[in-house]
Amino acid sequence: MPQEFKVPRRVGPRVLLAVLPLLITVPEVPAAWNNPYPKSDEGKNIYYTAFAERPKKLDPARAYSSNEYVFIAQIYEPPFQYHFLKRPYALVPLTAEAIPQPVYLDRRKRRLAADAPARRIAFSVYTVKIRPGIRYQPHPAFYKNAQGLNPYLALTPEEIDRYDEIADFRNTGTRELTAADYVYQIKRLAHPGLHSPIYSLMSGYIVGLKDLHEKLRADYRRLKAEQKNPYLDLDKYELEGARVLDRYTYRVTIRGKYPQFLYWMAMPFFAPMPAEADRFFSLPGMAEKNLTLDWYTVGTGPYMLTVNNPNRVMVMERNPNYHEDFYPSEGEPGDAERGLLNDAGKRLPFIDRIVFSLDKESIPRWNKFLQGYYDASGVTNESFDQAVSMTGAGEATVSEAMAARGISLVTSVAASTYYFGFNMLDPVVGGYSERARKLRRAISIAIDFEEEITIFYNGRGIAAQGPIPPGIFGYREGAAGINPYVYDWVDGKARRKPIETARRLLAAAGYPGGYDAATGRQLLLYFDTTGTGPERKARLDWMRKQFEKLNIQLVIRNTDYNRFQDKMRDGSAQMFEWGWNADYPDPENFLFLLYGPNKKVGAGGENAANYDNPDFNRLFEKMKDMRNGPERQRLIDRMLEIARRDAPWAWGYHPKNFSLAHAWVYNRKPNLMANNTMKYLRLDPQLRARKREEWNRPVLWPLAVIGVLLVLTAVPAVVSYRRRERRARL
Amino acid sequence: MIAYIVRRVLYAIPILIGVNLITFTLFFVVNTPDDMARMHLGVKRVTPEAIAAWKEDRGYDKPLVFNDRARGAARFTDTIFFQHTVRLFVFDFGRADDGRDIGRDIRERMGPSLAIALPTFLVGVLINISFAMLLAFFRGSYLDLWGVVLAILLMSISALFYIIGGQYLLSKLWHLVPISGYGEGLNAIKFLILPVIIGIISGIGSGTRIYRTFYLEEINKDYVRTARAKGLSEPRVLFRHVLKNAMIPILTGVVVVIPLLFIGSLVMESFFGIPGLGSYTIDAINSQDFAIVRAMVFLGSVLYILGLILTDISYTLVDPRVRLQ
Repeated sequence: MPQEFKVPRRVGPRVLLAVLPLLITVPEVPAAWNNPYPKSDEGKNIYYTAFAERPKKLDPARAYSSNEYVFIAQIYEPPFQYHFLKRPYALVPLTAEAIPQPVYLDRRKRRLAADAPARRIAFSVYTVKIRPGIRYQPHPAFYKNAQGLNPYLALTPEEIDRYDEIADFRNTGTRELTAADYVYQIKRLAHPGLHSPIYSLMSGYIVGLKDLHEKLRADYRRLKAEQKNPYLDLDKYELEGARVLDRYTYRVTIRGKYPQFLYWMAMPFFAPMPAEADRFFSLPGMAEKNLTLDWYTVGTGPYMLTVNNPNRVMVMERNPNYHEDFYPSEGEPGDAERGLLNDAGKRLPFIDRIVFSLDKESIPRWNKFLQGYYDASGVTNESFDQAVSMTGAGEATVSEAMAARGISLVTSVAASTYYFGFNMLDPVVGGYSERARKLRRAISIAIDFEEEITIFYNGRGIAAQGPIPPGIFGYREGAAGINPYVYDWVDGKARRKPIETARRLLAAAGYPGGYDAATGRQLLLYFDTTGTGPERKARLDWMRKQFEKLNIQLVIRNTDYNRFQDKMRDGSAQMFEWGWNADYPDPENFLFLLYGPNKKVGAGGENAANYDNPDFNRLFEKMKDMRNGPERQRLIDRMLEIARRDAPWAWGYHPKNFSLAHAWVYNRKPNLMANNTMKYLRLDPQLRARKREEWNRPVLWPLAVIGVLLVLTAVPAVVSYRRRERRARL
Repeated sequence: MIAYIVRRVLYAIPILIGVNLITFTLFFVVNTPDDMARMHLGVKRVTPEAIAAWKEDRGYDKPLVFNDRARGAARFTDTIFFQHTVRLFVFDFGRADDGRDIGRDIRERMGPSLAIALPTFLVGVLINISFAMLLAFFRGSYLDLWGVVLAILLMSISALFYIIGGQYLLSKLWHLVPISGYGEGLNAIKFLILPVIIGIISGIGSGTRIYRTFYLEEINKDYVRTARAKGLSEPRVLFRHVLKNAMIPILTGVVVVIPLLFIGSLVMESFFGIPGLGSYTIDAINSQDFAIVRAMVFLGSVLYILGLILTDISYTLVDPRVRLQ
């Protein structure tokens, strides 16, 4: 709203006319001068947050990183989602009526019993029934005129040139979500122009996906020779593994038994895509205006993207067509006490608008959080001491200053692992001989990850006992869960074995005192890593010291990430460090990092250590298809024992996430699997408005001081000038 | 003069080809098309087939500069260098690796870059010229000495310190301006105050020192002595005579910079969250997007050449003795 101005009497009408346009367009200045948001938004039910890196693609067939999921998970709705509160993580229906039970078929497509052995299962069939009445967000792709046609689909490139963003298309429409939209999206995974990151994986499972890809590829090549951005009408192509049964039901057929497939179906890759939207954005001239499915979304979710400027701000607003969705009424023990069930049964979402501002640097981001302009924040190394205190018991809590502002902290161990790996193909540290095992175990003891976590990550992590992080089935707490080759269980805690044990192992491996018994030379090992900067250098110096404990000389080969990846692919690295974030909460998603056929060298897989133990592989093949239960746990225990004995990794650590939020933010619970959690958040905008005003009153006296100082510095100049002028006159 | 300008424009063509060739070589020494594909496709579950398909789709499956499988001119034209470079000369920047139209992005981001750079430049030059003139006026006095000391002090401080210090004082402690961000239209003003002030203050030291040197060089010349002998006051001598003659070296440094204002400031834009071309370039380098890097280097080169031509033209305006032939 323009502000009112009193016009002094002296101002003549001509002057008034001249300044009138300026007065009308004068920017809105909120009460707090440093408020980055418009005054008109004060007190509104808006959630403010930041993004440090602009998303590269918002197309659900292509997006695969967390900075993209934070947006699209609020917009696109796969059939299933993770329960917000329950642990261990459990899938619940989102747009589906229920979680389907797979039907197993043999090679002749005869139905098998639900407990049939995996080797007999040739196909698994998932029949998904979605709820009727779910509608898409308003979008021009759905607009129909009086004749029932969408005139936008007939726009020429010259006409499209008049539109700069989706909001410029004034007419919008909607339609009901159907099973065909899910099937359409599954076909898009095979689109040759989209390069879906999961196509390779899924083509091994979804029946006919590879054939579809070949057909599409041939047609795409042919069309691309004629036009720049060819459109393929996927409705004209059949996909055997994904079929529409009726308006609300579709069936997905995959090869073999793959229980983890349901988790994939809870990811945006399997969210619905209306064919109209694909056609709309494929019109010639759209891509030239940056109007593509990579930048504009069409979903059924609680929010819709209304402002998409990834260079500055992205805004999501409540989808007016959002279907009935309610806050969960059950959680895990303690949730009710923490107030997480206060909104049980209330309709979602609670927040009207979400504003994401691009803030690349951590210092401005942190200060804006402290000023109340961001509602939540992570904790960086720079802000850790200011934000977090450690209790006597080693528990993290907010500092006194933060507590005084009503800021709260939630922590969770991430479903990730950062590991130190040995290349099993290397002649010195690799191999499966007892000598090589002992060398690797000695190094595993010497690298003190507890110390690393304390020094470099402010205690935000736990040392790993194996590849599986806490919260994932297969992880064991307490004495049963420790790696007995590296740790002892002492006084109810895992304690790293003394360095003397490592030295003895090193001697037994043929390197007494760090010298090769055969050649008499000091053992020299190579550590391949990536990253620069003073902090990185300090960490590499620390790593060198870990090896010095064993009198091993460590050569650090620091390189850029591209070259590092090259070394990993051709197996020329000796020791390295890498990490993995879970795709879904299943031990298979971590143990496959050590599965032989998944080796990096030769197979191009994710097993960077090139570990290949036939016993481990056999157990993995058996374990991966099993349901969680004592039998599966037993197999995992055996696999972990094999891997710990062989020590292809020095195991590393699982990082801890620290998240701060202001007192006006409710319903925060870390959910490491779900990305669509913004619909559960609730705010108290009035409290926020009061606090912002209280914390950000302008301090004006420094301006007066600066003004006085400037005048004072001018005085000697004026005096000197006058003196000189007087002298000149004389 | 027109013939001179046409000749300079023609000279620019081989320079631009050379710049492109150097950019291309440097980029592809560090990054292979496979690296670019991996960066774009992500680090998880990327197969060699996916990499090959990505390269084919974007024309990075061709040889870099020479195609020995092709015949005739196609040996040079059916290459990554030719296919991705020639269109630049008609300012068709093509698409970024994420599919966005680069020309459109540049047009959108030029405004925010200019919104910082232009006031910083204009006010900065004005302040530097005035401050240098003041020091020259009081040359040899304590004012001059302390002014130079202050200028050296301002020069010695890192730009990053000004940014962090400015954000801390003006925004965090005194709550006078937003710490970072950007707005549309006039709403952008509150976000620009701090970066512009910082830009001006961080440039005062070097600007003042060099302009002071130019003035002092002129002040000892015969025509100045003649002006003083005529009885002109010292301010009149400085502003009417010295300033005019000192403008030639000042213009050399100033006019050449004008076109480059479009390119924006890498550090400033990043710290203040300004969606300009500086942060665009940094993002492109970080994400190994050759298409954007190439476009920005090309644009930078064109603007620099334009700046040099403008500098030559401005000489003729300031000094009637100079004729462009």
